[in-house]
Amino acid sequence: MFLDFFFNLRAHRVPATTHNWLALLRAMRDGLHGDSLDGFYQVARCVLVSDEAHYDAFDQAFAESFRGVEQDLSKVLEGLDDWLRDPKQLAHLDPALAALLESMDTEELRKQLLERLAEQKKRHEGGNRWIGTGGTSPFGQGGQHPSGIRVGGSGGGRSALAVADARRFAAYRKDLVLDTRQIAAALRKLRTMARKGVDDELDIDATVDSTARNCGDLEIEMRPPRKNDVRVLLVMDVGGSMDPFARLVSRLFSAATASGGFRELRSYYFHNCVYGHVYEDAAFTKPVKTTELMRQLDPSWRLVMVGDAYMHPGELMMASGNWYDGSRGPVGLTWLARLADRFPRNAWINPEEPGIWDAPTITEIRRVFSMFPLTLAGLDAMVQQLRRPPGASQRARVHALARAS
Amino acid sequence: MQQASFRGTNEYIVSDELSRAVDVSIHLQRPLLIKGEPGTGKTLLAVNLAKALGFTLERWQVKSTTKAVDGLYRYDTVRRLHDSRFGEGNVRDVAEYIELGPVGRAFEATDRRVVLIDEIDKADLEFPNDLLHELDTMSFSIPETGRMVTAEQRPVVIITSNNEKELPDAFLRRCVFHFIEFPGRELMERIVGVHHPDLEDSLLASALEAFYRLRRLDGLRKPPSTSELIDWVSALRHSGMDPAKLLGAGLPFLGTLLKKEQDIELVARKLRRGAMG
Repeated sequence: MFLDFFFNLRAHRVPATTHNWLALLRAMRDGLHGDSLDGFYQVARCVLVSDEAHYDAFDQAFAESFRGVEQDLSKVLEGLDDWLRDPKQLAHLDPALAALLESMDTEELRKQLLERLAEQKKRHEGGNRWIGTGGTSPFGQGGQHPSGIRVGGSGGGRSALAVADARRFAAYRKDLVLDTRQIAAALRKLRTMARKGVDDELDIDATVDSTARNCGDLEIEMRPPRKNDVRVLLVMDVGGSMDPFARLVSRLFSAATASGGFRELRSYYFHNCVYGHVYEDAAFTKPVKTTELMRQLDPSWRLVMVGDAYMHPGELMMASGNWYDGSRGPVGLTWLARLADRFPRNAWINPEEPGIWDAPTITEIRRVFSMFPLTLAGLDAMVQQLRRPPGASQRARVHALARAS
Repeated sequence: MQQASFRGTNEYIVSDELSRAVDVSIHLQRPLLIKGEPGTGKTLLAVNLAKALGFTLERWQVKSTTKAVDGLYRYDTVRRLHDSRFGEGNVRDVAEYIELGPVGRAFEATDRRVVLIDEIDKADLEFPNDLLHELDTMSFSIPETGRMVTAEQRPVVIITSNNEKELPDAFLRRCVFHFIEFPGRELMERIVGVHHPDLEDSLLASALEAFYRLRRLDGLRKPPSTSELIDWVSALRHSGMDPAKLLGAGLPFLGTLLKKEQDIELVARKLRRGAMG
């Protein structure tokens, strides 16, 4: 059961390492958990988790692993004992952990742990509940939990399971939607700072340093200026099915502008799908020819499309989704492919739930653009995607689509 | 084997989780990484831990230009240059111009110290990695003089981060981590009590009620934090505010709680519509 907890954590995508697992065993051997499940929860969390985004997953894994422990304490002890006694179980571990475990003084560790557990058992049988109510927990003095979860209503103690079950940290998960600052922080990762060009900046620190090292004979040090070298083209869908996401998209937009640092950031709007024109404003009064856009900007621009990609299939396959635009030309999908072909480092942010991404038009668009949800994890993945050039097969596919008329 | 645990001080209140994390960090001899909303007392933890343990605090405030080596030592080239021009000091001896940084001082001290590396996320992405080796081995060398500085007493290392940048995995793996949650009502009562020991219960209760109602408000860009609440309570007491008036009519001294214009406008709008009452 004890080891199950570790694998439960991994299954919940908590990146707990064997290194930290061993540290936890060491902490428990030394009794830092104060012989209580509460203490174990606290110690395990601070040793195994290193990001509050994983607190929630930790809580879930903890609750799953130890639910019912209060009723059936002996089972945990058996499990622990078995695990420590039976080295065959070590075969299930990856070789690195097994080697580390063997190099440790396992016998000593086992002895101490068992002693402690035996003590715990006695106390348990003596009639005190393991989980600290009524002040048996050494942490009673610390008072109630901030969010006020109590066991038995008597105050002064609480169960780690109740804490874990409450899932107070759900808000810190990375796969939930996020605020402007978080978006800005995510976009900042897109920056590639580069010292480029000629040495035309005096490096004062280096000059002073070399001069001083040179015992006062002046030694000038020059360097190229350091600049963010990333240009971003942001093309956003507005209106219609995007209305529910207006606020979210405006956050994304303000974050992209505010995070600054980009060498250049241009944003354009479209409705439903990109055709012959995109617009400089959300009211669609200042059209810009899409071909002009592709002519002006070179392929080093990172293209970020924002939209739900949810439309009537006709709109994707029509030459113009705009009733007032009579001009004929390629269909929407071809326009999208042309953009993707011109700007090979591209991504599509979709504020809709990934669950509905198998809608026909979304599937079509995903053949052209890699799609990411508007969450912190999604943005992180998008930044990763934008940092590396697309594969040859993807480029060939997009290129073929862009040529179709 | 159980050591005396850190249970907070008269001026600083810790949750069980945090006090346990401090214990684990000291015991496992790993740095304690603290994250949390601004104003939840990350920096104060180190100050008060040092006070409680009776250790000297070495504080290292990290800035965007800080380099890892700055915390270990600094070679004052400018002073040496100056001295060489004016014939002052012992220019021939490089060691005269080496000053130890906060981490270096803590290593060299004969007493045990608390090292606070404040706002580590402000520095360059590689900064934490550059410190890994020194914090692991608790020693470093100064190439200019060939001197080796080794910790006599392993210092307690507290690191705070505001999440502006991701910290590298290799660094995180070596830390004990704790995220300071925003305090709930009961803990907050005690925290305010520490700063305002003779506060009337009625004022405290209504101030907290108004405060949490404000924090729950959807769309605030920067929700007020603990330190703002404490300032606000000071302002309320100073003006002799009637606690009964605090709920309902409107929030006085809103500027101490909210620091963004849009937030103040938002609250003013809600108050007019009576949505806060």
